[in-house]
Amino acid sequence: MGNLHAGGYSANAALRWQESLPWLVAIAAFFLLPEFLNLGARILIFILFALSLDLIVGYAGIVTLGHAAFFGLGAYTAGILSARAGINDPLIQLVASGVTAGLLGVVTGAIILRTRGLALMMLTLAIGSICLEVANKASSLTGGADGLAGITIAPVLGQFRFDLYGKTSYLYCLAILFVCWWFVRRLVYSPFGASLAGIRENNLRMHAIGAPVYLRMLAVYAISAALAGFAGALLTQTSQFVGLNVVSFELSGEMLVMLILGGVGRIYGAFAGPAVYMIAQDQLAKQFPEYWYLGIGSLLVIVVLFAKGGVLGLVDRMVSRIGKGRRS
Amino acid sequence: MKSIRTLLTLLMAGAIGLFHAQAFAQTIKIGVINTYSGPNASLGDIMDKGMKLYMKQNEKRLPPGVKIELVIRDDGGANPDKAKQLAQELIVRDKVQILTGLIWTPNAAAIAPLATEAKLPVVIMNAGTSSITTMSPYFARVSFTLWQSSFPTGTWAAKKYKRAYIAVSDFGPGIDAENAFEKAFRDGGGEIVGKVRIPLANPDFVPFIQRAKDAKPEVLFAFIPAGPQATQIMKAYNDLGLAKSGVKFIGPGDLTPDDELPNMGDAPLGVYTVHHYSAASTRPANKSFIAAWKKEYGEKSTPSFMSVGAWDGMDAIYQLIIDQKGKIDGDQSMISLRGYKNANSPRGPISIDPLTRDIVQNEYLREVRKVGGKLANVEIETVATAIKDPWKEINKK
Amino acid sequence: MDDFLVSLVSIAFHGAAYGMVLYVISVGLSVTMGLMGFANLAHGVFAMAGGYVMISAMSSLGLPYPVALLVAFIAIAVVSLVLEMLLYSRLYGAGELDQVLFTIGLIFISVALARLAYGTLQQPVMLPDYLRGQFSMLGRDFPAFRVFLIAVSAVIVAGLWFGVERTSWGAMLRAAVDNRGMAQSVGINTRRLFMVTFAAGSGLAGLGGALGAEIIAIQPIYPFANLAYFLIVVSVGGMGTLRGPFVAALLIGITDTACKYWLPEFGAFLIYATTVGILLWRPAGLFGRTN
Repeated sequence: MGNLHAGGYSANAALRWQESLPWLVAIAAFFLLPEFLNLGARILIFILFALSLDLIVGYAGIVTLGHAAFFGLGAYTAGILSARAGINDPLIQLVASGVTAGLLGVVTGAIILRTRGLALMMLTLAIGSICLEVANKASSLTGGADGLAGITIAPVLGQFRFDLYGKTSYLYCLAILFVCWWFVRRLVYSPFGASLAGIRENNLRMHAIGAPVYLRMLAVYAISAALAGFAGALLTQTSQFVGLNVVSFELSGEMLVMLILGGVGRIYGAFAGPAVYMIAQDQLAKQFPEYWYLGIGSLLVIVVLFAKGGVLGLVDRMVSRIGKGRRS
Repeated sequence: MKSIRTLLTLLMAGAIGLFHAQAFAQTIKIGVINTYSGPNASLGDIMDKGMKLYMKQNEKRLPPGVKIELVIRDDGGANPDKAKQLAQELIVRDKVQILTGLIWTPNAAAIAPLATEAKLPVVIMNAGTSSITTMSPYFARVSFTLWQSSFPTGTWAAKKYKRAYIAVSDFGPGIDAENAFEKAFRDGGGEIVGKVRIPLANPDFVPFIQRAKDAKPEVLFAFIPAGPQATQIMKAYNDLGLAKSGVKFIGPGDLTPDDELPNMGDAPLGVYTVHHYSAASTRPANKSFIAAWKKEYGEKSTPSFMSVGAWDGMDAIYQLIIDQKGKIDGDQSMISLRGYKNANSPRGPISIDPLTRDIVQNEYLREVRKVGGKLANVEIETVATAIKDPWKEINKK
Repeated sequence: MDDFLVSLVSIAFHGAAYGMVLYVISVGLSVTMGLMGFANLAHGVFAMAGGYVMISAMSSLGLPYPVALLVAFIAIAVVSLVLEMLLYSRLYGAGELDQVLFTIGLIFISVALARLAYGTLQQPVMLPDYLRGQFSMLGRDFPAFRVFLIAVSAVIVAGLWFGVERTSWGAMLRAAVDNRGMAQSVGINTRRLFMVTFAAGSGLAGLGGALGAEIIAIQPIYPFANLAYFLIVVSVGGMGTLRGPFVAALLIGITDTACKYWLPEFGAFLIYATTVGILLWRPAGLFGRTN
């Protein structure tokens, strides 16, 4: 994983024109595909989730199998606030979800980030599983296996009601994603981002130069958790329902897969992955559920063995090949 | 794969229908959300067969020029999030006018707000938690509630046994079954010596059943979703030798679904259940239903109560289409559904309670016996006639 | 007090049966992870495949149960050997993330193949008559099949220990786990050692999956549904040892059964909490070497 766009001092932090592409596509989709806005909102939510995952997998180099814990906590926080406490304002729920998920990130991160390798991976898995058990058993709060129903979401800013066609959902998710993207981008191109790259590439040396490795890791872990919490809250608000699957191991795994297919450690991999994955799933998986997983599995194996860097890695290589062709 | 084939068949049937129909032919789209993948894929399949059998038998009942197109979607199991998303797409993209299927309670609950917002009539063909029909005025249920079967089970059991142990799956219907049985059994003077809620996704029943055995009840009452789990819990009951130590096994009919009986070996012999439908019933309406089923799907295939739910559900849908002469309106549909009656369903006389939009039907006590070398749920007596959902009746007072 | 003893016996018995199956399935994973540092999340695929092979061998070929078990072991060992040579060996030096993704990919593929070949239903296992019913011991009835399970697993465990502790292959294996470079330089062909060990470990997983089909149901989602438990056995026990996973598997089997028996409302919570505790206390597992 050497040639990442790791950010930091050496990278040019100025916006490039390509970076406006996802937003242009998203806005065009709003006008051109009005029947697909619900799907579109889901894609935007999972992009945010993937972005949070990219921070710790791609930038901090932590392999986690339990990131759905934070997503799920965010989803349940928003849902419980509405269904149990009658707090229906979407922005209040959003903030609350970010805070609870971030706190869980601080607490669990503080415990597990002292370990590395397999133990760390297992700890993320075990903590994810604990969250699933809690959500399953605390049914008076969460609805257990039946899921949490009875959620009502007030109009955004008192103006925009969540409609059946997903217009509000779509624009709302797009706005939140934009803000989070801006924040992540700033973070990655800051000195903090540079130190993360250092930790990932050579942990020992960072210790040697006296960098507060543990605290840096903890900070990024908590930030990532909070972002995942936002994504979870968005899912609750757009679907007005929370099911146990938001905390499942399958979700953690699938998210990792989407991110890897997009490309790790480069922000826009988190955009490309979920978009490609979910559109393909929407079009293909309904007709061919068996072949869908066969295809995705094979694709993963091929990507790992032959096409490191995922979709964006391929794009890079194509671009550089075309560039070379021109020069010669 | 199966769903594509279904879709193709239906499209073809539709195309042929179009050929015969007049120029103003109109298609009514019916969205179906059921389970066709995952561990419970068999359930969606057996319900599909019920729906298609009905459609084949009653093609001529539809008003002239009206045809039906089923838009079938797979929820993959108790997966509310997915179900909600599918329902949304069915409404927005496919523009269905009626929604049906719905095996799982959580899935039905998740789409309630959508049905209300879109004024979309939803005919629930299976999900059995009592409270579901209260979640949207556009829900009507043709299947059953767990209270309907478990409450009479408790009343009946209290006359024969004094000590009962309750084991149920830990989700809506399981909790309904537990509450219903416990109330009726206690009201009848029985004692509950212990109870356990088993996680819905559970690989091994043995520790739970061992615990039940060690509590030394006279009778073990259990509910699990009808399907592969029924066979597993029966296996645990048999492996641990509960019958030998004198513990009777009873429950709602989900415990011994007609289509799972062949997988169970001899273990369920003598198990008593209370339910609204048995494939072995000798009512004439059921005999002709079974005959038509076997003719369509082969001797080896047996319909279950879920197939009958699907069959009756299609009947209710046909009725509302006929009542409105093919022009579907949400509120008119609900008026039609509220007045739905069929004196001759394979399960006996049924109707929809105009007040609660929930099913009213008979409940039968059955024993698993060998009939012609095969296990069957033999109906012994009618323990409740035209019973309304007891939960709603109790909570009304 | 008497009731308490009765339940204690029940739990120990069922827990042991479950734990033994977990061990037979997971021990191969422990060795491959210890030996090659390879995080093979797809290990459960071999167990599931073993179950399917046994079921097919019995229902289609009409083989008797013990023969079908043996067929499952051999078939899975052979298949895994091929996979090792074609795919796994390319990733021995790769990073954790690549290994995780690669093996998740394998799981997806196997889940899809299992569905296509066997449908989504749980496959019933037709046990021979002599393994049905109860087995009386100390005035209590135990399900005969689980007694058989414990006995067979015990034989396998004994065989494994003998193989690793008393044979020259075992000596080479231990040497390679301890210090791969040194083992190579004294002339041990570690490449071949890996292949053989991987095949044997996977074969055992296949056998374990087949043996445990009554406890851990054989269905397409198997490799996902049980992954956490297999990984916990390995990480709690410690990689690269035989004893560690054995203790861990029994611990998990018994705790899990005890939870279901006494505290069903807690579900698997205790298992995961214990795992977290042990891993924080000893990140390399109970019997793993910390270096």
